[in-house]
Amino acid sequence: MVEKILVGLKRVVDYNVRVRVRSDGSGVETDGVKMSINPFDEIALEEALRIRDAGNASEIIAISIGSSDAQQQLRTGLAMGADRAILVETTDATDPLTIARILLQIIKKEEPDLVLLGKQAIDDDNSQIGQMLAALWGRPQATFASEIVFDGDKAKVTREVDAGLESIEVDLPAVVTTDLRLNEPRYVKLPDIMKAKKKPLQQIPLADLGVEASAAIRETAFAAPDERQKGILVEDVQGLVTALQDKGLL
Amino acid sequence: MTGILLIAEHDGSRINPSTAKCVSCAGEIPGAEIHIVVFAEDGAALAQEAARITGVAKVIQVDNTANAHPVAAILAPQVVAIADGYSHIFGPSTTFGKDLMPRIAALLGVNQVSDIMSVLGSHNFTRPIYAGNAIVTVETPADLPVVATIRTASYATALSGGEATIEALAVDADLPEHTRFLELRSGKSDRPDLQTATRVVSGGRALGSSENFEIIYKLADALGAAVGASRAAVDAGYVANDMQVGQTGKIIAPELYIAIGISGAIQHLTGIKDAGTIVAINKDGDAPIFEVADIGLVGDLFNIVPEFEAAICKS
Repeated sequence: MVEKILVGLKRVVDYNVRVRVRSDGSGVETDGVKMSINPFDEIALEEALRIRDAGNASEIIAISIGSSDAQQQLRTGLAMGADRAILVETTDATDPLTIARILLQIIKKEEPDLVLLGKQAIDDDNSQIGQMLAALWGRPQATFASEIVFDGDKAKVTREVDAGLESIEVDLPAVVTTDLRLNEPRYVKLPDIMKAKKKPLQQIPLADLGVEASAAIRETAFAAPDERQKGILVEDVQGLVTALQDKGLL
Repeated sequence: MTGILLIAEHDGSRINPSTAKCVSCAGEIPGAEIHIVVFAEDGAALAQEAARITGVAKVIQVDNTANAHPVAAILAPQVVAIADGYSHIFGPSTTFGKDLMPRIAALLGVNQVSDIMSVLGSHNFTRPIYAGNAIVTVETPADLPVVATIRTASYATALSGGEATIEALAVDADLPEHTRFLELRSGKSDRPDLQTATRVVSGGRALGSSENFEIIYKLADALGAAVGASRAAVDAGYVANDMQVGQTGKIIAPELYIAIGISGAIQHLTGIKDAGTIVAINKDGDAPIFEVADIGLVGDLFNIVPEFEAAICKS
């Protein structure tokens, strides 16, 4: 049983958009591109909702860090069922360590029993925030979770690791990062979108939190990846075997 | 001197091949002196195995009953306790390294470079973002240690034959008790390891069931290959999660990759773009997998795969 769950929602380029590098190599094209909640964060929120709906939590706070545009994703999170939202507003690019420090400041104010984050964001593919936050907070981390079961002031978490499925037990409060198979997020219904407009969304300027900025890693150039060349089509299995033999692979 | 500390990944009995791949990456840092640290319950044999990786100068063996299983919250403070003097601290971008390295970075108060795919200088690297749709060049602060994970598919395994010195070390660090390992459920198999196999056969949603996946195993066995799967096949429950290849699964670079009944979503392709030869077998000739396949065969996999297996067994 937990009282309060904090869920991180990052605004990212939608999963279905094929991202392209700008021709001058200055970054990736994000103008006019559809933006969404990072899919792993959506899974984190869904899990929080299920924990609450099973009577194991009383309040879910969704948090995002970024420009005021991220209000859209927070409203979607509220429509999915979060009770309230916090936007830490900044127009500066924020690095993972600074994000973790910002989340720690919010944790000090809100004192959640559980922090649920996606295991990675699909834009930078870093997979760092949960681990960094747990380190700074001095609390357990359970990354790549595919199952969470509560037992008093502890949680048993199943993790998707390279060797299979690992189970660990963590004392609460803890940070859990979500993998794909934890759940399937619900669709938002229109009446819920209307209701979400009335839910509280608190905007906090980053400067108000007094977070120490960390030395960021500079991104100096962007390039498109090397493309693989389209190969040959063979007619039948014999053609396939011959083609593989020609390459010395059979 | 540029001191590089690599955190060894192991299962208690063998060093994971990802460690020797990290050595290859570390060896590209100018003036590098490479040390490997082995955290284990009893790491004597593991330390000896690590010492044989060519290019390694020293292996640090840290034995502790708390290190019987790789728990990031327990390992991270021990790494920090010995980090002084190292300019770089590296781990593999496997689930082990991804779990551990950011925790180390945060304790050291630095940011982390994820998934290094090439080294341009001691503080300059490239890494993939947006599921490999863009490659970004990054520069880390010159006056801070570089904490990074290494994209193992980008590097060859460093050769064996080295003779590094081994130093047993007792690390004085405050180890938390808030996180406890319970168990590892592993799909034990006699087949080659997916992450390091030279040949991989993968199946997708088109297989339709776990029973039908049997033809993939048979073909793999005929080829001496490891078996992988698309996310769709894992989500559908045909196979275990540890077989998933792609952005959020395993990133692999076998000499031969055979994709069967896999349409080729971008998230899957990002996991195989470094494969030597890609073969695609799919009934939909317009499937995106054919855009990257070196050899494509359009047709019904349930006819093609058994025939292919029979042809291999005969040859």
